[in-house]
Amino acid sequence: MCVAIPGKILSLDGDMAKVDFSGSTVNVNTGIIDAKVGQYVLVHAGCAIEVMDKDKAEELIELFAEIEEMENEYR
Amino acid sequence: MNIDDIIKYLKEYDGSDIKLMEVCGTHTAAIFKGGIRSLISPKIHLISGPGCPVCVTPTAFIDKCAEYAMKDNHVLMTFGDMLKVPGTRGSLSDLKGEGAKVYMMYSPFEAIEKAQENPDITYVLAAVGFETTTPAYALMIDQAERLGIKNIKLVTALKTIIPALEWICDNEDGIDAFICPGHVSTIIGSRAYEELAKKYNKPFVVAGFEAEQLLAVIYDIVRQLESGNKKVDNLYRNAVRDEGNVKAQEILARCFEAGPAMWRGLGVIPGSGMYLTGKYAEYDGGSMGLDADMELPDSCRCGDVITGRINPGECPMFGTGCTPMDPYGPCMVSAEGACGIWFRNR
Amino acid sequence: MKITMAHGSGGSSSKELMSEIFGKHFSNDVLDKMEDAAVLKMTDGEIAMSTDSFVVTPVEFRGGDIGKLCVCGTVNDILMMGAEPKYLTCGFILEEGLDTDVLDRVVASMAAQAREAGVKIVAGDTKVVEGSGGLMINTTGIGIIPEGRDVSAANCKPGDKVIVSGTLGDHHACILSARMEIENEIKSDCGCLKDITDALFGEGIEVHTMRDVTRGGMGTILNEIADSAGCKIVVEESAVPVSEAVKGFSGMLGLDPLYMGNEGKMIAIVPGDQADKALELMRGTEHGKDAAIIAEVTEPEQAGGSAVHIKTPLGATRVLDVLYGEGLPRIC
Repeated sequence: MCVAIPGKILSLDGDMAKVDFSGSTVNVNTGIIDAKVGQYVLVHAGCAIEVMDKDKAEELIELFAEIEEMENEYR
Repeated sequence: MNIDDIIKYLKEYDGSDIKLMEVCGTHTAAIFKGGIRSLISPKIHLISGPGCPVCVTPTAFIDKCAEYAMKDNHVLMTFGDMLKVPGTRGSLSDLKGEGAKVYMMYSPFEAIEKAQENPDITYVLAAVGFETTTPAYALMIDQAERLGIKNIKLVTALKTIIPALEWICDNEDGIDAFICPGHVSTIIGSRAYEELAKKYNKPFVVAGFEAEQLLAVIYDIVRQLESGNKKVDNLYRNAVRDEGNVKAQEILARCFEAGPAMWRGLGVIPGSGMYLTGKYAEYDGGSMGLDADMELPDSCRCGDVITGRINPGECPMFGTGCTPMDPYGPCMVSAEGACGIWFRNR
Repeated sequence: MKITMAHGSGGSSSKELMSEIFGKHFSNDVLDKMEDAAVLKMTDGEIAMSTDSFVVTPVEFRGGDIGKLCVCGTVNDILMMGAEPKYLTCGFILEEGLDTDVLDRVVASMAAQAREAGVKIVAGDTKVVEGSGGLMINTTGIGIIPEGRDVSAANCKPGDKVIVSGTLGDHHACILSARMEIENEIKSDCGCLKDITDALFGEGIEVHTMRDVTRGGMGTILNEIADSAGCKIVVEESAVPVSEAVKGFSGMLGLDPLYMGNEGKMIAIVPGDQADKALELMRGTEHGKDAAIIAEVTEPEQAGGSAVHIKTPLGATRVLDVLYGEGLPRIC
């Protein structure tokens, strides 16, 4: 129900950030996150809804590790 | 364990038939885009749920928005998604030809600047969405209030997902597990599903939007069902905390209060709507009670589609009386609607 | 100076516009005769003819303007039939309030692009309507098809390969960025594809089908071709070229580059054994430097059927249908 993708905070001015999506820069409200310059944030409709601290590759590695761990519960 | 092991397991699955509901329309779109159905056993059925805000929004809401768009000194701001949804007098896009002032926005925050630049014009937002989008409206209206801006109004059709899931669990007994919406969960947290998982003894697993992430979630659900260990799992930890986004929850609690909401296909679900409250209530453009829906012929089965009773292809109007070019039901209009997606990928 | 209704009256203001803008930039032996109609030599062979109207907002954008666009658009359509473009006509509809400096730049850009494409602008017309400073242009073009050349959507066959001339979605992303005030460096790909067709035909590549990939995007165009030829086209998703900038932009707005419009991209469908050579030739041109082989043509699953499928990196297959509606940005 909600398209949201990660972008990188380039600069901050109060609750507004300039966020970069591979070259497109958008003004994003950061009122509901603890924003820092350089962070990747998940943006939906001009609003940063969460800080993402792993990139896509790391995220998948962690996911498969988690699945493997849960496998023990299912046996 | 890697993605190939998971695909192999799901492809070769030969246990009892399993019905999973992906609640979120963006998941429905991702499942098609990733060709997920071609990678799993035909015994695993993926059902598209009610998580497309456009699809569950009744006609009365579109009509209210259209009324504002036609009114002197008013501009309606909407996301692209809503432009094509038919109302009693046609869609917002159709009405542009009759002089309706409709602006397609990327973000609700655009309203602040516009309202300041043009104090004589009232900017009315067609505020649809679930918990993912609601914080943006809340932050914007809070800012408008602090700046003393009066020429912004919200017509809301904002919904919360937990009461809808509960409704589905109470009314549909065929669904074995739920793929929980990733970005709604960013706000409400994976813990929000604990009660439902216990009460109905079903898996509720939070998923990301990449094909790999969805396959991992389907695998986890199949394994939960096989082992009988049914629970909430959060497999989108990069974006979803167990407790959710607490700051967002706080501002939502401050700006909105729960109320009944009309879901096309499901009916009115108590407590599933979000309405501006307290000092923010003056920004409401008449959102309560926009329940009336267009008369859909008996052959339109949108309601059965979003509750998973039938697949879109089983609706008698699918592809004949109802196509993306000439949609009848909203599930065909939206890029996220189950019928629209099925049609494009049939 | 602003355009007024007087500029469309046929009187002195019209003449002024004619001499100071159109005449200045468009001068050539046919047009300069200023007759009621252009008089052109006919050939014995076949001609290709096409018309298109251009209504882009904003009229000037990164990578081009409506003037360059209206020449490239019609010339590309003629090129796609394997023809040599020769002549263009243009009809201008100007809205009151249009800045004549803008008009001058657009007309200069048209003239420059026409020279580059080797076409003469041989007839034209201007009308002024009420409005708010907008500008619309129709162009019609004629080209000559060399003896023995047969390029058509119906000609592609099982075993053929589909080559796209470069990255997808740039024009759409550029225009939408300007309209939605999103800052980026994405440039429209607006351009004339003559260097590519010259390279392919010059080296004797047996091109079965060509299409410029404009509105509706690649997904729509491949379906049109599959329908015409009664075949199946299987696209390799990971081979489809999309720039990082367009990926970021389209991801943000929920758009799919496979359905986004382009103004300087084409596909060529060639016999499988000539595909590598054709790819190399395309990559040697300015407009084809990012070309890639993205799909192959196969037998349809049942006789008389047609389909476009796409294979994902995980080995899944799904249907790639035509674009329905407008491809609007979405949040959900």
